[in-house]
Amino acid sequence: MSKDTVNVSRREFLLGSAALGAGFSLGLYLPTNVSAAVAGASSADTAAVPEVNAWVVIKPDDTVVIRIARSEMGQGTLTGLAQLVAEELECDWGKVTTEYPTPGENRARGRIWGSFSTGGSQGIRGSHSYVRKGGAVAREMLIEAAAEAWDVPRTECSVAAGIITHEPTGRTVSYGEVAAAAAELFPPEQVTLKDPKDWKLIGQPVKRLDTADKLTGRQVFGADLKLPGMLNAAIRACPTFGGRVKRFDAARVSGMPGVQAVVKVGDDAVAVVAETWWQAKSALDALPIEWDRGANNEVSSASISATLDEGLTAEEALVGNQKGDARAALKRADRIVEATYAYPYQNHATMEPMNATALWTSERCEVWCPTQNGEAALEAAAEASGLDISRCDVHKIHLGGGFGRRGAFHDFVTQAVLIAKQLPGTPVKLLWTREEDMQHGHYHPITKCRLTGGLDQDGNLNSLHVRISGQSILAAVNPAWMTNGVDTFVFQGMLPDGDHEISYTVHDLLVDHAMRNPPVPPGFWRGVNVNQNAIYMECFMDELAHAAGQDPLAFRRRLMTNHPKSLAVLNAVASKAGWDEPAPAGIHRGLAVCKAFASHVAACAEVSVDDRGRLKVHRIVAATDPGYAVNPQQIEAQVEGSFVYGLSALLYGECTIKRGAVQQRNFNDYPSMLISEMPEVEVMVMPSGGFWGGIGEPTIAVAAPAVLNAIFAATGKRVREFPLKNVDLRAGS
Amino acid sequence: MKLNVNGEVIDVEVDRSTPLLWVLREQLDLTGTKYSCGIGLCGSCTVLVDGRAVRACITPVSAFDADQEITTIEGLSSDASHPLQRAWQQLDTPQCGYCQPGMIMSAAALLNEKPEPTDADIDASITNICRCGTYNRVRQGIHLAARIAKGGKG
Repeated sequence: MSKDTVNVSRREFLLGSAALGAGFSLGLYLPTNVSAAVAGASSADTAAVPEVNAWVVIKPDDTVVIRIARSEMGQGTLTGLAQLVAEELECDWGKVTTEYPTPGENRARGRIWGSFSTGGSQGIRGSHSYVRKGGAVAREMLIEAAAEAWDVPRTECSVAAGIITHEPTGRTVSYGEVAAAAAELFPPEQVTLKDPKDWKLIGQPVKRLDTADKLTGRQVFGADLKLPGMLNAAIRACPTFGGRVKRFDAARVSGMPGVQAVVKVGDDAVAVVAETWWQAKSALDALPIEWDRGANNEVSSASISATLDEGLTAEEALVGNQKGDARAALKRADRIVEATYAYPYQNHATMEPMNATALWTSERCEVWCPTQNGEAALEAAAEASGLDISRCDVHKIHLGGGFGRRGAFHDFVTQAVLIAKQLPGTPVKLLWTREEDMQHGHYHPITKCRLTGGLDQDGNLNSLHVRISGQSILAAVNPAWMTNGVDTFVFQGMLPDGDHEISYTVHDLLVDHAMRNPPVPPGFWRGVNVNQNAIYMECFMDELAHAAGQDPLAFRRRLMTNHPKSLAVLNAVASKAGWDEPAPAGIHRGLAVCKAFASHVAACAEVSVDDRGRLKVHRIVAATDPGYAVNPQQIEAQVEGSFVYGLSALLYGECTIKRGAVQQRNFNDYPSMLISEMPEVEVMVMPSGGFWGGIGEPTIAVAAPAVLNAIFAATGKRVREFPLKNVDLRAGS
Repeated sequence: MKLNVNGEVIDVEVDRSTPLLWVLREQLDLTGTKYSCGIGLCGSCTVLVDGRAVRACITPVSAFDADQEITTIEGLSSDASHPLQRAWQQLDTPQCGYCQPGMIMSAAALLNEKPEPTDADIDASITNICRCGTYNRVRQGIHLAARIAKGGKG
């Protein structure tokens, strides 16, 4: 770091970049209610304080401001990442606050904070190394500053809880007192990160840093943002994917209360801009819009299903995992078991609908939004603004849920900028209705799966062909991320090695994919493809075990000897749930195991199904081995939450297609699980060390199959099409 | 028209058909009460009216007069000291937090009616949607708040 490194705290950057904007004083447009919104740092105004390094600012009062590049959307990454920095920094955890640098700052500083992308359960496992290093470097500079001030050797100084001590004399000084001097020093060329056994803060169940404001209404989400002079926009895009606006009759609503403008947004949407959002929404409801529904008008759930059915037996397919010759081995098998599963489109349904606030002038464009990837949001803003990216910036706001919707696609940012561009100098907040959100998602992709397993005379699985037919996310997000035309994401949980390695060793194995991409836009989702892939694999394992006349746990164990960490979590849930003992009367158990996002997860579900076919999930025992567990109580919360998201998907999640549009509109026809349906969840956090696994998503993989296998135990029914709301579980039905 | 919000009688100029939610959020800057479904289903917009839970997104402001005490999350306590807020803090209940003001206000209405609710009471009265999946800590939080309110240590 050079000694003249500019302090780029948020506020100074805003003011500085406003100066670049030729008289456009952004200072006037600082949000009136945003202080609490930005990374929960309600008073982290670091403008007057030089940073020690990019990750750490320490104020004279010893407040430690840790910069967080990833986005907080409920998963607790803000707290976990701060723990990683603070562990090495050796500061007082009680004095830690956080703030988000902007993507524009990151760009201007050569991506000093690395990736802002917050998806794939990557927040901690993707940045643990460099954020800990950031803390360690800052610590060394602070100690060095004290040693220089005392004119003593660095080696005679130690630090604990932000207080540096000169051991021989007992003199002390706080981080806040030496931070300014430390900021003038060159960073050490090398630092050694602590051995995990010496961690004091990593591994502790500390409280989240962002809870307090969420209990009082002070936490500002994107939908809550308010800027001086701001107008509000409501939008409607053509319900049919790929359709366009033919015409709309603005005159019919332009006289309605508060209406300021009725504008076309891109080719496919119309927005009403008004003083309040309710006025904008009311006028939009009254606005006659005629659509050109385009080429997808005939697309329906039935037509998509037929396309996927064709892929199940297609000659050509992309190979994801191949070992031996499964097709030949299946011909030799003593017994063949075959089943076909299907998994529907699903919406993310974040509680906070899509939104973004934009301010555009011919010189500059600023966006405030909840985003899982600030850098991608910035690119979207720049492209829509028509300005060079250096004249744009994005200010990240806490997300009211992300689940993958706010990462790869920033259609809401594009729209907000296109609207604001038609009202230069006026900030405009675009907020989608729930109905717009439901109909214009980037949906959990649709697939079907045919599994063919061959058993030998002793009931051993020795050959398996898994054919997936359906949609590729990467083909929609970025085809360049595919490998030789193969979307490896499709095979999550079934790959030969890596973060999504298959949990079983089968002598002859083929997992392949007939890519069929209907015109319904797919996107990443919490868990994404591991959700249905684990249903396919784990329910089929149960089918095979029963066909072989074996206990499902014993059947799996024989195939898992090369997968000891996955076996360990499976054994743990079986043991804790009492798998080897009878369940209470009327209660039935099911198991599932998976490796996802580099973590090993397993679940045992206990369910009952009454004579009216009503399912109750009573208890779930879950285990997670994430390698290192940064904050066990937050891991427990994520595991519990994964059952809500995963079981909501299993019970209710389905978007159907008619005339090329999603038919669901709101939570009435796209329900979500309620507290009355929530089982007891017992979580075992089993960090075995040596690797960094994800937390927010892996457990979703085992939620549905564990329950489905328990439903089979209870009813003898194999459910292979979802969601369960469409299925009659009554005996004899 | 006049509204009694968080202990203050306030004059608002608004189309009387406007849902209370949007008067709170856009006229009174009380953005703790959230918009999510707009059809009274998810509960993110829950406020108290004379101590009972009301879904503000579907209730027109014309339904209220100055005699009815409307309480939003901002007015639940002045210092986050309501037993529910203390319980939520202790258990680190929120994840993204967007549904939590509504969740807390629904729980407050339940405690007003039943100071020591059973699990069945919670199941029947807490119909708010949380997509992050905080339900088990919400349940624990309601029981803990009941103990705190009773003078227990929590």
